[in-house]
Amino acid sequence: MTSIKNTLSRRTVLKGAAALGVGVLAAPTVLRAQPAAVKIGLLQPMSGFLSGDGQLASIGAKVAVEEVNAAGGIKALDGAPIELIIGDSQSNAEAGAQATETLNDEGVSIITGGFASGISTTATQAAARYDLPFIVDTAVSDAITGRGLSNTFRFGPSFSIATGIALENLQRLNDAAEDKAKTVALVHEDGLFGSGLAGLMQEKLPGMGFEIVEVISHPTPARDMSNVVLRLRSLNPDLIIPSHYYNEFVLFARTLQQQRVKPKGIYAIFGGAASSYRFVNEYPEAAEGVMDCNHWGMPDHPATAKLMQAVKDEGTFYAYNTPTNYALIHVVAQALEKAGSSDRGALTEVLKTEEFDPTVMPYGTVKFDETGQNQNALPLNTQVQNGDIKVIYPEEYAQADPIFPVN
Amino acid sequence: MYPIPIIAEALINGLMLGAVYALVAVGLTLIYGVLHIVNFAHGAFLTLSMFGIWLLWEHAGLDPYLSILVLTPVMFGLGYAVQRFIIGPAGHGRDNSILLVTLGISIIIENGLLVVFKSDTRTIATDYGFRVIEIGPLLLSWPRAVGFLVTMATAVVVWLILNRTDAGKAIRAVAKEKLGARLVGIDVNHIYALTFALGSACLAVAAGLLMPVFYVNPQTGGAFVLVAFTIVVLGGMGSVTGALLGGLLIGVVEAASSLFLGDSLGQIGIFLLFILVLLFKPTGLFGARI
Repeated sequence: MTSIKNTLSRRTVLKGAAALGVGVLAAPTVLRAQPAAVKIGLLQPMSGFLSGDGQLASIGAKVAVEEVNAAGGIKALDGAPIELIIGDSQSNAEAGAQATETLNDEGVSIITGGFASGISTTATQAAARYDLPFIVDTAVSDAITGRGLSNTFRFGPSFSIATGIALENLQRLNDAAEDKAKTVALVHEDGLFGSGLAGLMQEKLPGMGFEIVEVISHPTPARDMSNVVLRLRSLNPDLIIPSHYYNEFVLFARTLQQQRVKPKGIYAIFGGAASSYRFVNEYPEAAEGVMDCNHWGMPDHPATAKLMQAVKDEGTFYAYNTPTNYALIHVVAQALEKAGSSDRGALTEVLKTEEFDPTVMPYGTVKFDETGQNQNALPLNTQVQNGDIKVIYPEEYAQADPIFPVN
Repeated sequence: MYPIPIIAEALINGLMLGAVYALVAVGLTLIYGVLHIVNFAHGAFLTLSMFGIWLLWEHAGLDPYLSILVLTPVMFGLGYAVQRFIIGPAGHGRDNSILLVTLGISIIIENGLLVVFKSDTRTIATDYGFRVIEIGPLLLSWPRAVGFLVTMATAVVVWLILNRTDAGKAIRAVAKEKLGARLVGIDVNHIYALTFALGSACLAVAAGLLMPVFYVNPQTGGAFVLVAFTIVVLGGMGSVTGALLGGLLIGVVEAASSLFLGDSLGQIGIFLLFILVLLFKPTGLFGARI
């Protein structure tokens, strides 16, 4: 396995070197100074059952690196270019920690990414041993920033931030509906992400006037949802709140369709069809009307169109991983400018104290609090409408009015 | 408590999935009954077959059910060769050596697949993957019904081979009395290889039935073989009928526990049953005969 990883990173280094060569040709000023490249590690699941997510994330990060380097690199470091080194977490927490060690050996100044909660938890801990700053992209478990690790930051919203907003919007959605939803079923994957979310929901939903009729957990990867859906068919809840990863959501939504379960709405929190164009394209009928509260870029930001095109060029479908990792690389570039150094300690200090521009993400200004959480992180609510993904909440980014109930 | 149709549907779907488990177990129990070895490479052979089905789909566009016809002779030949030229000679006739050889083969196959296919999970998306058969209030999974019928047909074929052909008679003779069979002129090494080939061919059929509803990665086979071992012990080591009925029972138990306890605990019922059988009827439900 080590040899595979090494080939991968060597290839990445070669690509980086090639990009550097192009950069030097294009900008003769850089040639004179010849500053060493700043190495940024990107930890993503490039293989295994989450490899689709890893690929999308790396596309976003690469676009951002190209932009920064084309604009003259890091000016505070005499125009030093950024070199992206991708570490493969192989979709599991153990390999994630190992890949972090490898990135450390390669001498990266900072690591971004992580993607899943379980992987991010072990990877940030491994990075902490080397005082290596680590900005988590989309992993949501509260525990990630709750352990007092001074190297760990999170760019996107945590569980508590996101569920608070998701529930607020759900209440508004239901209040505005004539035929209101009363009963809810929670379906979640049994890892750190799904279980944590389901726990929070169980605390908060009853206070909002919803009755939880069933809580169902399932393992990841799962290849059969028929028993889960059978239970739902017998209970016939008004609203289904699922939280699982992409493959399981596809399976779940298709099994719902197969078993003819038609709730008033499917309101996903982190991980529904409404944040993946792949699902909308491949299974438009199962996807129609599904709502999601998730990481999502600002729809009218110029980078959104550019990223969507970059994803299309790679022959795959756009999802939130791309804008998040794109924005994160720009935040790191800003941190390097402010620190005027690629030193790990200096970067950590700047991340703790300064504010950053989140570019395509709807976060206003990025400000990490004392636990490392970005205080202004905000998920957006989206819904699949007529085969397209539309932002429905909050109003300032909304592209369409919500449709509820769907059935 | 769930309404009756819901429970019935879960149990019938479980029964049909159990049939495919049974097919994996039939191969395992056949090899045990004749060669008296526990074939640790069984899971790796299943994974190999599933990748075979996936490759035929991905690169030749061949339907998984049709691929069974292509893959069964291939796996039959591979099984024959592996027993005749690797396990047989390397085992030197000692049971514990043979055991270790099969374990070694499984490690080589799994890691070979890991090198070629990485740890990625692959699936086949067919039009009929989510098709249902409506019987009254019941919605039964179409691919699972196909799995059930094909398993039953395969079981009949295996039974006919064992009971109606000369080779089958020789297999049963070797299973009962190896020395006696050798004395009357049966080529025991050939029969061993033939049995191994038959067991491997069952896996090719199982793989074709599984791929429309399941995924494959280099570790997939292991999960099924763990269940298959349980079935073999439950049905009685070496008993083909036992493996078939044990498989159906396990399917129902798994569906029931996953319906009532949730999918995360779906397999707990299987292993509870396993422990109970080991405690109270260690010879299995159908004794040891072939």
